[in-house]
Amino acid sequence: MIVRIATEGQYEISDEQKLSELDTAAVAAAESGDEVTFHAAYDALLAFVRSGAQLDADHLGGSDLILPPPDVTLAEARAEFSGEGLLPN
Amino acid sequence: MPGISGRMSTVVKSKISRLLDKAEDPGETLDYSYQKQLEQLQNVKRGIADVVTAKKRLQAQEQTIQQQVVKLDTQARQALAVGQEDLARTALERKNVAQTELQTLDQQIQELQQQQENLTDSEQKLRSKIEAFRTKKEVIKAQYSAAEAQVRISEAATGVGEQMADVGLAMQRAVDKTDQMKARANAVQELEAAGTFDDLTALGSGEDDIDRQLRELSSSTAVDDELAKMKAELGGGASTAGELAAGSAEPTAEEPPSDQESGSDAPSIEAPAFEEPEQ
Repeated sequence: MIVRIATEGQYEISDEQKLSELDTAAVAAAESGDEVTFHAAYDALLAFVRSGAQLDADHLGGSDLILPPPDVTLAEARAEFSGEGLLPN
Repeated sequence: MPGISGRMSTVVKSKISRLLDKAEDPGETLDYSYQKQLEQLQNVKRGIADVVTAKKRLQAQEQTIQQQVVKLDTQARQALAVGQEDLARTALERKNVAQTELQTLDQQIQELQQQQENLTDSEQKLRSKIEAFRTKKEVIKAQYSAAEAQVRISEAATGVGEQMADVGLAMQRAVDKTDQMKARANAVQELEAAGTFDDLTALGSGEDDIDRQLRELSSSTAVDDELAKMKAELGGGASTAGELAAGSAEPTAEEPPSDQESGSDAPSIEAPAFEEPEQ
């Protein structure tokens, strides 16, 4: 499966189960409301995605999943769940 | 998948499908997408230029403040040499503030540098994808029927569309950060304007609001320490005071003739005739 880390690049990941676990943990950490806890969990998710093979810049396919940028703040991550989103219109 | 990635993916994909919906005809879709991509690339270039401009501005400010630090230090020494301790203290307090500003500026310049590198990297990735899209566009036109082309175009355009959305996000974040730094840079400029005092005597009399702010701000222990150190360095300063009062701008300018002109920076301290008891 192809995962994009926003503002960074696309990676190929095979262990979807592990990805799902880390994603769920990051959401739980965001809901805890603590910036440090959230970043610890989110960095773990990013590190796992980066362990996959990075795709070439001229690869034309879309991603199955897109993660917020690495410097996302807790407030932004929470807005992401509530539906406001990070992307400009 | 729910969670952070699921939500983000949904938003990006809906944006891309809106983009693709704009044209029904495959050829039109291709041309429209390609045109949008080139426009976006121009925007990224402008964004990089803005970041570089902001960085250069902060670097210029950094230089000015560095010069101010040197100037204020000299002024403090001169003030102390003529026995104006209050004036020396004000100069040192300002020097302290200027040094704190220098640290902040340095951090911001590094952040802008990082943004510039990220955007340049994004621009190169987008350029590669656009070039790949252009090639694919020709293949699609030449080889596929209208129905097949529609599918192929969606595949190709999705990849570029996602990259465009991603670069758009990176741009927005860079602009937000640069705006914050511009506000900061303006504040620093105000400090610059109030920073040095060209006429040493003018400030001896009155106290402006900056002086009061500085007094409140001053981590006075640091200033006290530096003042004490400076006093110790100027230990034999009575003679220097005389020279300065006579109108010398530089303590070293009217160096009394010493035996060998041994290249000392502070000849008056070393001249034995003027030696005073320590403290």
